Amino acid sequence: MGREREREVQQYTVEQLVAVNPYNPDILPDLENYVNDQVSSKTYSLAANLCLLRLYQFEPERMSTQIVSRILVKALMAMPAPDFSLCLFLIPERVQMEEQFKTLIVLSHYLETGRFRQFWDEAAKNRHIVEVVPGFEQEIQAYAIHVLSVTYQKVPRAVLAEAINIEGLSLDKFLEHYVANSGWILEKSHGRGQLIVLPRNEFNHPELKKNTEDSVPLEHITRIFPILG
Amino acid sequence: MASFDYEDAPANSAVPASSQSHEVLGYDPNFVPDSVKSFAVHLYRHIREKNVYEIHQMYETSFQTLSERLFKDTPWPSVDAVAHYVDNDHVFCLLYREMWFRHLYARLSPTLKQRIDSWDNYCSLFQVVLHGVVNMQLPNQWLWDMVDEFVYQFQSFCQYRAKMKNKTEQEIALLREYDQAWNVYGVLNYLQALVEKSMIIQILEQEKEGLEQFTANDGYDYDGGSNVLKVLGYFSMVGLLRVHCLLGDYHTGLKCLLPIDISQQGVYTSVIGSHITAIYHYGFANLMLRRYVEAIREFNKILLYIYKTKQYHQKSPQYEQILKKNEQMYALLAICLSLCPQVKLVDETVNSQLREKYGEKMIRMQRYDDEAFAIYDELFSYACPKFITPSAPSFEEPLVNYNQDAYRLQLKLFLYEVKQQQLLSGVRTFLKVYSTISLGKLANYMEVDEPTLRTILMTYKHKTHAVDGDGKITSNADVDFYIDDDMIHVMESKSAKRYGDYFLRQVVKLEGVINDLDRIKLD
Repeated sequence: MGREREREVQQYTVEQLVAVNPYNPDILPDLENYVNDQVSSKTYSLAANLCLLRLYQFEPERMSTQIVSRILVKALMAMPAPDFSLCLFLIPERVQMEEQFKTLIVLSHYLETGRFRQFWDEAAKNRHIVEVVPGFEQEIQAYAIHVLSVTYQKVPRAVLAEAINIEGLSLDKFLEHYVANSGWILEKSHGRGQLIVLPRNEFNHPELKKNTEDSVPLEHITRIFPILG
Repeated sequence: MASFDYEDAPANSAVPASSQSHEVLGYDPNFVPDSVKSFAVHLYRHIREKNVYEIHQMYETSFQTLSERLFKDTPWPSVDAVAHYVDNDHVFCLLYREMWFRHLYARLSPTLKQRIDSWDNYCSLFQVVLHGVVNMQLPNQWLWDMVDEFVYQFQSFCQYRAKMKNKTEQEIALLREYDQAWNVYGVLNYLQALVEKSMIIQILEQEKEGLEQFTANDGYDYDGGSNVLKVLGYFSMVGLLRVHCLLGDYHTGLKCLLPIDISQQGVYTSVIGSHITAIYHYGFANLMLRRYVEAIREFNKILLYIYKTKQYHQKSPQYEQILKKNEQMYALLAICLSLCPQVKLVDETVNSQLREKYGEKMIRMQRYDDEAFAIYDELFSYACPKFITPSAPSFEEPLVNYNQDAYRLQLKLFLYEVKQQQLLSGVRTFLKVYSTISLGKLANYMEVDEPTLRTILMTYKHKTHAVDGDGKITSNADVDFYIDDDMIHVMESKSAKRYGDYFLRQVVKLEGVINDLDRIKLD
């Protein structure tokens, strides 16, 4: 319990540093430790990692490619957010040409273009890069489910299996869990196996799409109250 | 140094002790024409008396007129020559030098020593302001120009420093010695310090609750105080957005601008330069973050605004810059609309201008063949910010020019993104024609197998659904769909045009007009 408290205090301090005094070369070691912290405690901070990548940009001789690699893996895990691209914008081209980074870029490419089968194949060949970060598999599976959820009302079992890289009995167990906890429904397709009915949202059910385009925040309306009153 | 009685001296009088420099420089830095003496004396008095309107006139008009007439290709007289006309006032001299360097950068090419001296001047000026000892009211135009020029000179220095190939021994020695000049940490920390010391973020927050009158007074202080720190702090937020874009950090740049509500008028719209710079970088950052609809909305608004108001700025020194940014934003708009065809978001006037300038190119961009990528390259390169490499060069390595590195990286990553969206245009075409279509049929038409089609459709969904800063997902798609097993159902797109903001603005505007009318007293 004590150590957890310590870590909480440390995280608070690093986040504060990034918010209050980000353009400061002295905080580089703290930010590096924070990356390792994020990895081991399965947390994530884009702001802190961008801050570190900026400092590396200002002082390239202090860059640690190992830390950069971890930041990129964490960014992959943040998909569908564009964090991976945001990080690449800050990493010099010659660094991106290194083998481990080329691999990560390829992995990102597969995820960006919905090529899950190729992704899992490539990830399997590069366990040493991705298995350094606990929670990697689960986060990518969450991303896969997100993409499926905005695309499909009903998705064939085989498509789901390929996307999350789970098959057979493990997949059955996985589905059981999601049926029980996330509102998934299993159906029988016309002779071609299972269909999974995904939860309704505004992206796969047009009737749920709120026309929020023309909504005006209350704040803005309050500005004309004196005029109307 | 010999003393001169400038009152009696004819226009082409003898040169003072620094005649040597006259020969070297080709002009006399210590010669002060009567009109300049008069300019300095009057400006000094107006600043002391806080006559903001007169200061603005002198700063905008007189300075330009004198520059045009007397200093077309030479610098203004040195501050030392002018100082004794203004009681050697320390702060005035800093302000004079600020104008002096800005004129130099605009008309001539600064030497390395001059770049370093200008940095020193900004440091001194900002330090004076940050220590709160300044009791002036300066026009917003000038305060914006200070921040804008500060960032511009930083950008210029980085470009200059990165061209190592033809550097002389002296230049390299100077660069090594003055490694603090235009250091990226220094630049960012000064801007950050101005934001913090001015408490501008808190002021803007309190304004929402009616506890502050900052925007209502255009940033000016009517309680006998100074507007300088507050307004510099305010404009520094735009400055930080710009610097972060130059570094390629779009996320942080947008965060820096967040305290300013760009859906409303504000102090940032009181100076057209700041308005355009803020929106240009805001739009560009959103483009790189794949938030195309947001970028399109803001570019559309500002382009319409420029179209309606540029005639009023024809005589101003900013006119050329306004036109340049206008053209660049049309190019960026063309890019955004090619990646995200939401033409309904664009005003008729802006749309017709866009068709005129880029209609042809936009058609070709949406073909996504080699020619298309060349056009994306061309437009991006024309319209993008002048990206910089912020780190100092390694003086040990062979001297090469690396000033293009930052730009090449951003361009490469941008084109990479465009390439990933290559197949989406084809999908769009078919979705517009069908209300439902089976995966098998569509795969046939697109000449791919079904599994590939599924990945293409998922790519379409992923790329058209942007994630904003709070993790919320919004659809940018003009035409959308969902899949039921192996059937694609096309969803009708609703109009995304906004009326709420427009009506609010008009209500406020009309109220303003009515108030003005009320103020007119009839005899």
